[in-house]
This record gives sequence, C-alpha cells and structure tokens, in this order.
Amino acid sequence: MLRLEKRPSPSRAWNYATPLVAVAATMFLGGLLFLALGKNPFEAIRLIFWDPLFSPQFAAYSRPQLLVKAGPLILIAVGLSIGFRAGIWNIGAEGQYIIGALCAAAVALFFYPAENPLVFPLMIVAGAFGGWLWAMIPAILKTRFNTNEILVSLLLVYVAEKLLAAAATSFMRNPDGGGFPGSRDFTRYPSSANNEIIANTGMHWGVVAAFIAVIFAYVLLQRHLLGFQVRLAGQAPRAARFAGVNPARLVVLSLGFSGALAGMAGMFEVSGPAKLVSIDFNAGYGFTAIIVAFLGRLHPVGILLAGLLLALTYIGGELAQFMLGLPAAAIQVFQGMLLFFLLAFDVLSNYRVRFSMPGRKAEAA
Amino acid sequence: MEIGSLNVVVLIASLMVAATPILMAAIGELVVEKAGVLNLGVEGMMITGAVSGFAIAVTTGSPVMGMLGAIIAGALMALIFGILTQVLMANQVASGLALTLFGLGFSALVGQGFVGIVPPRTAKLDFGPLSDIPVLGQILFRHDALVYVSLLMVAGVWYWLTRTRSGRILRAVGENHDSAHALGYKVRRVRILAIMFGGACAGLGGAYLSLIRVPQWTEGMTAGAGWIALALVVFASWRPWRALLGAYLFGGIMVLQLNLQAAGLRFPVEYLSMSPYLITILVLVIMSSSRARASLAAPGSLGQSFHAAG
Repeated sequence: MLRLEKRPSPSRAWNYATPLVAVAATMFLGGLLFLALGKNPFEAIRLIFWDPLFSPQFAAYSRPQLLVKAGPLILIAVGLSIGFRAGIWNIGAEGQYIIGALCAAAVALFFYPAENPLVFPLMIVAGAFGGWLWAMIPAILKTRFNTNEILVSLLLVYVAEKLLAAAATSFMRNPDGGGFPGSRDFTRYPSSANNEIIANTGMHWGVVAAFIAVIFAYVLLQRHLLGFQVRLAGQAPRAARFAGVNPARLVVLSLGFSGALAGMAGMFEVSGPAKLVSIDFNAGYGFTAIIVAFLGRLHPVGILLAGLLLALTYIGGELAQFMLGLPAAAIQVFQGMLLFFLLAFDVLSNYRVRFSMPGRKAEAA
Repeated sequence: MEIGSLNVVVLIASLMVAATPILMAAIGELVVEKAGVLNLGVEGMMITGAVSGFAIAVTTGSPVMGMLGAIIAGALMALIFGILTQVLMANQVASGLALTLFGLGFSALVGQGFVGIVPPRTAKLDFGPLSDIPVLGQILFRHDALVYVSLLMVAGVWYWLTRTRSGRILRAVGENHDSAHALGYKVRRVRILAIMFGGACAGLGGAYLSLIRVPQWTEGMTAGAGWIALALVVFASWRPWRALLGAYLFGGIMVLQLNLQAAGLRFPVEYLSMSPYLITILVLVIMSSSRARASLAAPGSLGQSFHAAG
C-alpha cells in the first residue's frame, strides 16, 4: 500500500524538481497524443522544443519570436503570482489585458496624427491604468461585499471581449480602413509604435518591462515587508491577521498590481506585435500566464524561465502546425496537460510517499 | 399574450430551453460543493461534454448515444480533477482552472472535424392533447425530454440531499470533513463520487447545448456558461430549488437579450450580449453582500483539502 505522509515543511529539492518532471511527463504524454493524431512524435517534439531555437532553417525567424511571446506571458504571470501567493485569485488577466490595450489605443488615437515623444509613455500609463481599473472591480467587490474575486474577474473577461468587439467594429474602427473592422495600425504611427529596440531580437519595450517586473517582484517578495505579508497571508492566514496584515489592503494591492501589469502587456502588444485593435486581438496570454505562474513556482525567476518555455511551445506549435499539420488546438491541450502534471507531481514536495505492509490496515482515507 | 413585439408564451417556453444547460451544470456543481469541494472546471467539463456528445451523436446517428457519451466524458474529466485534489492533494482552485484550460483545448482538438455539421435531431416528447392546451400546453408540454430530465434532476437532488441517508452523509462530509472522518465515513470516496456526478451533469449540460439548443459545434461554444453555473450555485445558497429559480431567471435574461438583438434595436449587439455576464456579477454581489447569510449557507469545509493524519 502507498500512503502519503505530510512533510513538516515542503521539500526544497522536489520544489525545484517538479517543474522539470512535469515537463518531461508532458512531453511523453504529448508525444503519445501526437502519435494518436498520426504524427511522428519525435519529429513533433523536436519541431516544438528544438527547431525554433537551433534549426538553421527556422531559427532566424523563430528566435526573435521567443521574446515577443514570452514578454506578455512573463509580465502577466509575475503580476498574478503575487496574488496567487496570498491566496487571491485573479483569473481575469485576459480581460485586464484587453482593457489595457483599449485604453492605450484610445490615447494613441486621441493624439493621432500629431507626433510627440510623450505619446508612447502616456500609452504605457493608460494601459496600466486600464488594467488596474478593470482589476479594481473584483477587488472592490471583494473587499466591500465579500464577492468571490475568482468568478467576478473571470466573468469580466467576457465583458471585456464584447467591449473589444465593439471597439474594433465601431468606436475605434479605422475611418480610412474601407469599412473593415479593426483600428488604425499603431506601428505606422511613429509616436505610438512599439518597435524592436535591437533589430531581429524580438526585444521590444514590453520585454524590457517584463524583465523590470521580474526584478521588482523579486525585491518585493524577498526584501520588502509587503512581500513578507503576501507570503504569510498565503501560508498562514490566521497568523497573518494576528501579525496585523490587513487582508483588504492585500486584495486591493495584489489585484491592482496584476491588473496593471496585464494592462501594460496589452498596451505593448497592441502597439507592437498585434499592430492594431482587432476582434481577435486577445490570444489567450492571460490564461496561459496562469500556467506560467504555476510552472515558475510563483517565483519571479522561475516565471522568467517558465515564460520562455511556454513561449517556445507557442512558436514550436506554429512550426509543427506548418510542417506537420499538427492542429493548433493540440498545443493548447499540451499546455493544459503541463499544468495537470505540475499539480499532480507537487504532491511530492508536500508529502512523503510511504510504503506500508499490506497486512497492517493502513488508513486509506 | 403579447407585449410589444414579444410573445410572452414563446418567451417562457424558450427560456426553459435556454436555462437547461446551466441548470444541469449548476445542479451537478451544487452536489460537489455540498460535499465540500470547489470544482472550478465546470466550463471545461461542459465543453468536453458538448464536443463528445456532438461527435458521438454524429458518428452513431443517435442523440441518445451522444448524451450518454457526454455524461461519461464529463465524469471522466471530473475524475482527473478528483484524483488531483483528493488523492494527490492538489490545490482545488488551480486544479479546476487546469481542467477548464485543458477542456477548452481538448474540445477544440476533437471538434475540428465537426464544424459546420448538423447533428441528428432530438425528438420532442409527445404529450398528445396536453400540448394543445392554450398557453400552458405551449409552455409546459412541447419540449424535448431533457428539459424534463433537468427538472427531475432538481427534484431528485433535493430529495437525495435532504431525505436520504447517503445524501446526509455527503452533507456531513462537506460541512466538517474531520468529524465525518471520525464518524467513519469515507471522506475521499464520497468526494470523488460527488465530483464525478458533477462532471456527468456538466457534460450532459454541454451536450444539450451542442445537440439541442444551438444545435451545432463551434469552438468555445459554451462561452462562459460553466462560470455562470458556478455563480448560480452561490445565488442558490446551495439549495436545489433556488438553483432552478436562478437558472430560469438567467434563461429569461438570455432569451430576452437575444430577442432584443433580433428586434434590431438601435443599440449595438455587443452591449446587449454583455448583459448575462454583468447581471451574473450583480447577482453575486447581492448574494454575498450580507456576510452572515452567505457564510452560513456555504458548506463548512468548502474548498479545503482533506488529509487524514495517521
């Protein structure tokens, strides 16, 4: 019989090992999935994890894409991880991302076509503000009325999507666009364009912001009283209350922080890689960032690595789609499996597996 | 009976159809939460049910087989959640989210060959002369069998939870798992069974959506219905009959909103289609604002992991 015994404190070794084990298990089961879809599993895994970085044929195009995709994932996930640590679940980052992009787009369209170096910084502020504002709805409903922030933040994603559709088809539609949905192209308006800082690296301002966010979160969690309060509230809520942690303040701060970062991610995306406000502007980064946050163990440096890995699955997925005809949804399944395995293997960091004699009655429940 | 251009009888009849999928999912989740488990994967289980039911019904030509397949698919998805949270002691919120993310991807993968296909028709029940009764006949006796099944589910769950021994054991497990364990009840087994029941209900609700309500398969077609079902459980204060009331209220809002869209008001469609989500939030706020009531109604051990020491 196998039996679980709770560890007095989580195992550090397993804490680092579980993400790696989870990735390996996902590759294995993912390979079986690709096999079931009639594709060569080894070729598919190589196309997803190796070729985007090292193949002479594709790497020139794919490598810069890595930072382009990882930027928003890391930026959003760093924000989410603070709340997740404190047991505050913002799962509506996708909506905050959309609203951030819309607010930034509004600023750009307001100034268009006047050139001014202040437009871009203003757009960043507007993006962060939009995301913050959208996250404040669940935060205030939680602190004022005790409403579940999980459901509210998630439901607001659908509202944001409808707003996005309205923006793309009516109030932000490009007047010179011949009646097609979608706003002006922000990369063609020099004041608002979020171009690559170094050519062919994929490094744009959003990636810079993501790195700054990682460092900021690291300092906050390790060196600041607020970071300590966040960790305390997550691990021992009662102790946190006795220690004078104000739960309402924590809700407002962590939701606001994650919302602002998600909004900023939306701003960098709409002014750069996405180019414009379109109906299908949001690509699910807000949800994938949840996986990134967990895979990175809610630790800023871990999130940096996890963000790069999931960015790789996006790019590799596209490559496999192009080369093997692997369906796009297969990558989504792959990412979902990764989270499953991660949660499953986490048992090893919190519990010790014991073997007990079949003769002696072990309490199974 | 007409108000403006809206026919009230047709409206009531169609709100029952619109409410059925979320009612089924909500009743399932209600049982899960009564057992003390919060499964946020309803959306993922619903869409898995929607695609499996659709695929099986199209390939076998039998909607009944599709429904059964959806029930099994939903229960199997739920079993993944059950193993993660009950055996491997994973966090329930994270596991539920994982279920939803996985379900959305899985359904898109399975469903790609089924886009644009018309599923076999599900026959309406024949009540003979009853359906010809003016007003009442139209509202009550002209539906497909599953509308009545959903009503039976409400009644059945209510009876089971309040009047039977096993239902009371389930509630005991949800209220205080340590005490239930001390009394000798198998906390883990009860919870896994409840989770699978919830998955089966969500799967059936999803199949109702793809086979009867729409009826078609499109990617992401549940569009938040699973999340609305979760909110409905809170609205219902964990009581089956209130879930029925809530589902029909939401059904009414959805139908009304669609009717207004069709009526061609000079009001952008996007804002009207926001209304179900906004109203759900509003309802959540109203239900949770009175702190005492909300905390009394929720099962005591909701969302907490159970690990028997020793």
